[in-house]
Amino acid sequence: MKTLVLVEHDNTEMKDATLAVVTAASQLGEVHALVAGTGCASVGEQAAKVAGVSTVHVADDAALANQLAENVAPLVASLMESHDAFLAPATTTGKNIAPRVAALLDVMQISDILSVESEDTFTRPIYAGNAIATVKSSDAKKVITVRGTAFDKAATEGGSASIEGVTGAGESGLSSFVSEEIAKSERPELTSAKIIVSGGRALGSSEKFEEVITPLADKLGAGIGASRAAVDAGYVPNDYQVGQTGKIVAPEVYIAIGISGAIQHLAGMKDSKTIVAINKDEDAPIFQIADIGLVADLFNAVPELTSKV
Amino acid sequence: MKILVPVKRVIDYNVKPRVKSDGSGVDLANVKMSMNPFDEISVEEAIRLKEAGKAEEIVAVSVGPQKAQETLRTALAMGADRAILVQTDEEVEPLGVAKILAKIVEEEAPKLVITGKQAIDDDSNQTGQMLAALLGWGQGTFANTVSVDGDSVEVKREIDGGLQTVKLSLPAVVTTDLRLNEPRYASLPNIMKAKKKPLDEKTPADYGVDIAPRLTTTNVSEPPVRQAGEKVEDVDALVAKLKAVGAI
Repeated sequence: MKTLVLVEHDNTEMKDATLAVVTAASQLGEVHALVAGTGCASVGEQAAKVAGVSTVHVADDAALANQLAENVAPLVASLMESHDAFLAPATTTGKNIAPRVAALLDVMQISDILSVESEDTFTRPIYAGNAIATVKSSDAKKVITVRGTAFDKAATEGGSASIEGVTGAGESGLSSFVSEEIAKSERPELTSAKIIVSGGRALGSSEKFEEVITPLADKLGAGIGASRAAVDAGYVPNDYQVGQTGKIVAPEVYIAIGISGAIQHLAGMKDSKTIVAINKDEDAPIFQIADIGLVADLFNAVPELTSKV
Repeated sequence: MKILVPVKRVIDYNVKPRVKSDGSGVDLANVKMSMNPFDEISVEEAIRLKEAGKAEEIVAVSVGPQKAQETLRTALAMGADRAILVQTDEEVEPLGVAKILAKIVEEEAPKLVITGKQAIDDDSNQTGQMLAALLGWGQGTFANTVSVDGDSVEVKREIDGGLQTVKLSLPAVVTTDLRLNEPRYASLPNIMKAKKKPLDEKTPADYGVDIAPRLTTTNVSEPPVRQAGEKVEDVDALVAKLKAVGAI
């Protein structure tokens, strides 16, 4: 089977999310990668070095600069004439593009796979991860998004894929890029952080969130996450949200502070290796899955913890 | 402008789903069902556009069992003008739903389709994008802010790194994210009024599209259960534990 992996990138750097997808694709067959962007030759070179990738298709076109789904999907659909499976990371980019590709190919997408059981059978979470479905696809071509935390990352060195230029379909005329507000941060990205300090509604305000959560995260070199409640209340931006419909994370250590543990939140972090919960409500559901729990007022406990780690 | 709002009847978001012991699926017998939360946000957004004078009519549509009528009545009580139920007891996959919706769009000619980014039962996150592809329309997924201006719509999207704004020419498909708005509750008088609003009943056969499933679910199982660990007395004990597991 010949697979095509969508490389996640910003025209300069390949993103880590790509690497788990390469691992999933290699369990299906030969791995080709697609870099769709503009001025993205260096991304093509990075993708060519990833272990397991045999060919990198680079589509360099101004119409692909912001990877608008309307422009990328027809390109992928045309490449799928010579590939059997399309795999994208289950990131907002992948989730935006892949279903559009699937519909163009008249294929039912398999979202957010956790494992490859055979070339047509996969497992995937449903009901916020409260159930795991094993699904078998009868479509001749497969369109798949891959949950990053469920597969090991392919090595970024060791591959020597050939690089081929491909041409996209150009501007669809349906949509255009206006602007972007991307938070620049020295912090590790949530989806690749080893430690995550995450705050909930109990923080009470964005000032308190900053005052209590940030110093601990700084001390630990951790990424910062949040529950939906904290994001909805405006304590932190949307890209901090961990949960069923936010980011899915699985760090070595997840420290949940003032988070009660709604199932939608647990869906995004319960595969973390060690879960620590600090909450003053001893009956909070978060304690049912936490490895280490501390029933305490976070406004006292967290600064103390920060001073002692 | 007419807005079409597809809604889905799903397990209530407060209910913890239980997997059936025979591995055939999730037990939905006697479980509270509600409108998919993202679809509530879609209905609300459509109503706000109507209230702002940007839209004249809101048509809610659902593909599902007879009881999805209740979901449509909720949309009507919130403020949708009429509803279409495409009644089927079969489970219709996102691709099939998108094909039915594409046919309804042909008949109804809305300028905007607003739907939830994801249903909280199958967590697919596909229908809106698929519908946009089938119609050859632009798509504004994971919307945080929607601004309609003449023959175009600007959609601020929630993306992994922050926010991205795209401009789509109308007609277009928008899928909603959590921060777009806070849906209103339907008032009792409006719930009563909704009972008199028109609700058409159709079947997938009326639209002549192939909705045969492409995926077969061979098993549904419980995820590995995580056991509660232990509670520690104070911060010092917490620090000691963190050191013991090599976390710090």
